[in-house]
Amino acid sequence: MAAIEILGLAKTYKAGFWRSTQKCALKSLHLNVADGEIFGFLGPNGAGKTTTLKLLVGLVFPTGGSARILGRDIDDPWVKAQIGFLPEQPYFYDYLTARELLEYYAELSGVEAKSRSGKVERVLHRVGLGDAGGLQLRKFSKGMLQRVGIAQAILHEPKVLFFDEPMSGLDPLGRREVRDLMEQLKHEGKTVFFSTHILSDAETLCDRVAVIHQGELRGVGAVADLTSSVEGKVEVVWQGNTVPAWIKALDAECHLAGDTVRAVLAEHHQEAVIDGLRRERTKIVSVTPVRTSLEEYYLGKLKPSEAAAGVRS
Amino acid sequence: MNARIWHIASNTFREAVRDRVLYNLIGFALLMSGAAILVGQVSIGIERLVVVNLGLTAVSLFGVVIAILVGIGLVSKEIDRRTLYTVLSRPVRRWEFIVGKFFGLAGTLVVNTFFMALGVFASLLYVSHHFQRSDGWLLVALYFIVLQFLIITALALLFSAFSTPVESAVLAFALFVVGSFAEDLRGFAAMAHGATKWLAIGAAYLVPNLSALNVISSVGHEQPVAAQLVIANTAYALLYAGMVLCGAVLIFEHRNLK
Repeated sequence: MAAIEILGLAKTYKAGFWRSTQKCALKSLHLNVADGEIFGFLGPNGAGKTTTLKLLVGLVFPTGGSARILGRDIDDPWVKAQIGFLPEQPYFYDYLTARELLEYYAELSGVEAKSRSGKVERVLHRVGLGDAGGLQLRKFSKGMLQRVGIAQAILHEPKVLFFDEPMSGLDPLGRREVRDLMEQLKHEGKTVFFSTHILSDAETLCDRVAVIHQGELRGVGAVADLTSSVEGKVEVVWQGNTVPAWIKALDAECHLAGDTVRAVLAEHHQEAVIDGLRRERTKIVSVTPVRTSLEEYYLGKLKPSEAAAGVRS
Repeated sequence: MNARIWHIASNTFREAVRDRVLYNLIGFALLMSGAAILVGQVSIGIERLVVVNLGLTAVSLFGVVIAILVGIGLVSKEIDRRTLYTVLSRPVRRWEFIVGKFFGLAGTLVVNTFFMALGVFASLLYVSHHFQRSDGWLLVALYFIVLQFLIITALALLFSAFSTPVESAVLAFALFVVGSFAEDLRGFAAMAHGATKWLAIGAAYLVPNLSALNVISSVGHEQPVAAQLVIANTAYALLYAGMVLCGAVLIFEHRNLK
């Protein structure tokens, strides 16, 4: 059974003073996310990622289509107890301490009183805030607030997690910790659906990704499939500061950087080039097949002029 | 009370109590009671009347200011700061959130009124040196003031559910002012003719009749309050606040949290 089934979900906002202008935020989205999967939802800023997440957690109402989580309609109150949500750049009641906030959320999620304190302490330690539980949230840094956000999302042990830009505001160590946490959640059998425009995170973490742009699904597939398609080219790197004429004649793309030469050429020339370089007693550094990166796939799904603005790797 | 409503109300109360503006207003109200004592000393023979009028008016005005200032932010501030996202993505229904917020602020105002009332009674004891039987009517006046707060809180919540805090504050304060003269508006409607009469009648019955809930002057003159008035005012305030709250729920149930 799919953990998340999105069946033609659409959202159009009315804009303008007389609310006569229609602004389409999401066009009939069809998507399935399997149980226990880490699913990356990629797209530039304003693509419709956050709108999709808000539709799934019931913060905005669809103008078309429907969605099911764990086999039940998203309007079903039971579904809300099975999901955890981390909004983008979360902000919490800053007069509360982290511990008080999590206890409040535990109460709202229906966590039993006898297990509440234990769960709060465990989750505080899990996100690295074990020593900061008694501090008021107004004293927290952006990165610490992000950790609190993750803590409140996993506190009640939901089966499906929705994270909106979970790495936002985190330093490299924090990003690494969140990636580890998401992998742990997957091992615990949770389904994680997260939006990002940081492609390296998606490439490292996700089982599958979808690319959305201008409210429209542009592509979806397994990361392993998208990044393993050999293009019939190899990259040969050797030490040297000149490109032999016979290699140029093979129609190779050559780049010189310091005392290293990098040449991308057709796979069927590979053996001839290696033999030739060995004959010239050149030190070969590496020979690797050229693979499509997630970034190339992503950029291929967007118009070139619009891609540059929203991508970080 | 539903457990989630109780938790939301408790959190709203905690937020208000930890808000320094609230502490300042309580301090200011106590200061006003102090001023009442001073005025009482220079008002020969009518010290009690001055203290009751000034003290209860201060309780009413400061409570209304708190109800409006805190009430207008109850929903809109949570949307602006996105704190609502992590609440409504849980098994919390939108009506539970609105009702919980209402009870949280109403509870805050009741506690606040209790402490301000202590200040008023202390001032009264200071100028009169003893309590008299008619001072008991002050409790009825304070009860009516709390009923006013329930209406104003519900109105502030209603406006907060669909407009910005500034717009909500203007609308709630305007209704408070108009509502305080509702009896005069009804008197004007009775004297008017034609379309003006119907418009005035409509407006007079639409705005909250806060003037009926104001018995400060009569209890200041040691006049008793009829039991029928207590029952009628209680029913009116609960019904009015309940209907306004239903309106807030209806609007909020369909609101997209962009």
